Amino acid sequence: MQHTLTVLVENKPGVLARVSAMFSNRGFNIHSLAVGPTHQEGRSRITLVVDAPELEQLKKQLHKLVNVIKVQELAPEVALEREVMIARISCNPASRGQVRDTASLFEARVIDLSSSSITFELAGTPEHLGTFLDHISPYGIVDLVKSGRIALRKESELTPTMSAGSSA
Amino acid sequence: MTSKPFTGSDSLLRSLEHEGVEIIFGVPGGAILPAYDPLLSSPIRHVLARHEQGAGHMAEGYAQATGRVGVAMATSGPGATNLITPLQNALMDSTPLVAITGQVPTGSIGSDAFQEAYTTGLAMHCTKHSYLVANADEIPDIVHEAFHLASTGRPGPVLIDVPKDVLNSPTEWREPTLAGLPGYKPTKSGHPMQIKSAIDLIESAERPVLYVGGGVIKAGAHEELLAFAEAANAPVVTTLMARGVFPDTHRLALGMPGMHGVYTATTAIQQSDVLVSVAARFDDRVTGRVDAFAPGAQVIHIDVDPAEIGKVRKAEIPIVGDARAVLDAMNAELGKRRSPEEAPERKPWFDQLATWQEEKPLSYDQTPEGPIKAQYFIERLHSLTGGDALVAAGVGQHQMWVSQFWEFSRPRSWINSGGLGTMGFALPAAIGVKAARPDELVFALDGDGCFQMTCQEMITAATENIPVKVVVFNNGGYGMVKQWQNLFYGGRLSAVELSSDTPDYPQLAEAMGAVGMRVEHPSEVDPAIDKALSISDTPVLIEVVVDPEEMCFPMVPAGGSNDQIVMGPEDL
Repeated sequence: MQHTLTVLVENKPGVLARVSAMFSNRGFNIHSLAVGPTHQEGRSRITLVVDAPELEQLKKQLHKLVNVIKVQELAPEVALEREVMIARISCNPASRGQVRDTASLFEARVIDLSSSSITFELAGTPEHLGTFLDHISPYGIVDLVKSGRIALRKESELTPTMSAGSSA
Repeated sequence: MTSKPFTGSDSLLRSLEHEGVEIIFGVPGGAILPAYDPLLSSPIRHVLARHEQGAGHMAEGYAQATGRVGVAMATSGPGATNLITPLQNALMDSTPLVAITGQVPTGSIGSDAFQEAYTTGLAMHCTKHSYLVANADEIPDIVHEAFHLASTGRPGPVLIDVPKDVLNSPTEWREPTLAGLPGYKPTKSGHPMQIKSAIDLIESAERPVLYVGGGVIKAGAHEELLAFAEAANAPVVTTLMARGVFPDTHRLALGMPGMHGVYTATTAIQQSDVLVSVAARFDDRVTGRVDAFAPGAQVIHIDVDPAEIGKVRKAEIPIVGDARAVLDAMNAELGKRRSPEEAPERKPWFDQLATWQEEKPLSYDQTPEGPIKAQYFIERLHSLTGGDALVAAGVGQHQMWVSQFWEFSRPRSWINSGGLGTMGFALPAAIGVKAARPDELVFALDGDGCFQMTCQEMITAATENIPVKVVVFNNGGYGMVKQWQNLFYGGRLSAVELSSDTPDYPQLAEAMGAVGMRVEHPSEVDPAIDKALSISDTPVLIEVVVDPEEMCFPMVPAGGSNDQIVMGPEDL
């Protein structure tokens, strides 16, 4: 089962290695990983999506790492989750219009263009990106890169309707 | 003449002095060379080990015997890799240790320089924490943090890797702080509601057992434990790491449980209705098959490390906290409710325990004509020393026999490698113990296989004037492995026979600066011990030629249920 974890850490050399090693040592696969500084100096946030049967022991083991400050599991209903994707889609001048039309339904932005491909950027919920891919892949994906998932805990009950990148 | 500038090396030594370090166990080398120069003018004693693994185990022995942080020092590359075994050993036995390693100069890191190893990477999985020092100005804080991490919460090893250029660069020393540890906040006192619930459960128990682990020694909680056991009127089992924390002669003491534990201790846990784990970790050598372990027990689990709770066995009442603080609070809670004399009598339970003790005691058979049984020697040694000695052991049959047959009466008198099971631990650990507590009688009780793994440290003992006494139980092989091959591989003995007469142990001891003796007949045992006890200025080695066919019982076969205790070969 997939779990999203948000881990506040000290921004020091080797911290990411310690965190990721903690999972690999126990035979768990990290599905996605994103790390970046926060608004606080010397603090980074690591967002992990992991495949693991249960998280309690993993959370405790993460807490044992000296550079880890806070560990939170974000259940889907309380998580604000986003991913960024760059996708290069195969097209020729004849199909380019169709590809662009499809992409625009998802608010994907064109960031590169050639005679044989068109490259989009797209940010949104993991589901939004997944739906985009379902619709665009028939045209042929030449290359694709996705950021690791980033997430914060929801504070408001209203947030679900404010989902970014919605095609509505 | 210009005065020498104050460098990273000076700062390192000053920081170690600031932490109260008395002894460093180490081996010098190229990258750590700068740190060895200010050592000459430092009050800190350096004990020159003959191998870095030895230095590490010495530091562990020092730490286990005192409760203070042991310090080991080594150079880069092979010096650091040789420390890996003691680091993992210290991690598994929660021993406070700080290891300092030299590293190649910062600019050469990653270039496959001479004697380069990725030490902090190697140490990542066998330390509580590790540091690579980037700048000499960081040294005071890093050393202070390292000692704090090693000695607080659940103790453990911390490594500081210092590149040579950092050791050489000019710096200043300043009073260190712990500001660099924002995420490290070990819980000390247990939750008051949980403590109340625990007392409720223990008071109502018909068949309680206090399952006591090594953390009680680390927390210095032996007095609180004694008070609680007596006030609660609950029997006590002490794990391999906890031997000595509760006096074996006490009416509530059942001895060691587990794979080679006392029948009554193991079975009491199995039959308990309330199992109070105090700073123990449900190790597989204690539990046997986990799903068959203490099936009817409600578990109260006290541990300073939250990750231990529920790791192996679900706890009905988890209490995160230091054993001393929690036992103290439990004593106070119990004291509020009633006097110790009003404790539940639990007569059927104590009658049952007494019956098991009567019917299934530890036993061995020593015939007057020999061969000598190690168990007999251990009992004679205990008797002739009055038990007033600190004993270290290696790993295997002899370790189990010492744990079974030595009657322990005080904490920190039993030094062994429990979690990792490191053969070769006994001699260097005993050296560390004796260096820390020179007024005590210190024995390394070792096997021949173990002794051969680190025996060169006998030279350290002799040349550093650390007069430990070493007993080598020589059964001419790896006794425990042989036992398993005999029991589970149809007696097909593979790679377990060492020579029984090579090396010549007394001669080897003499060559390394110790007094060497050999006993082969039971009648020689007492005179040899008397002679060893009469020598106090040099190390002594007694080779005890023991029965090569003797097996260690009781035994719960690996992966078996603790309900099926094998008392001897006839039970198999």
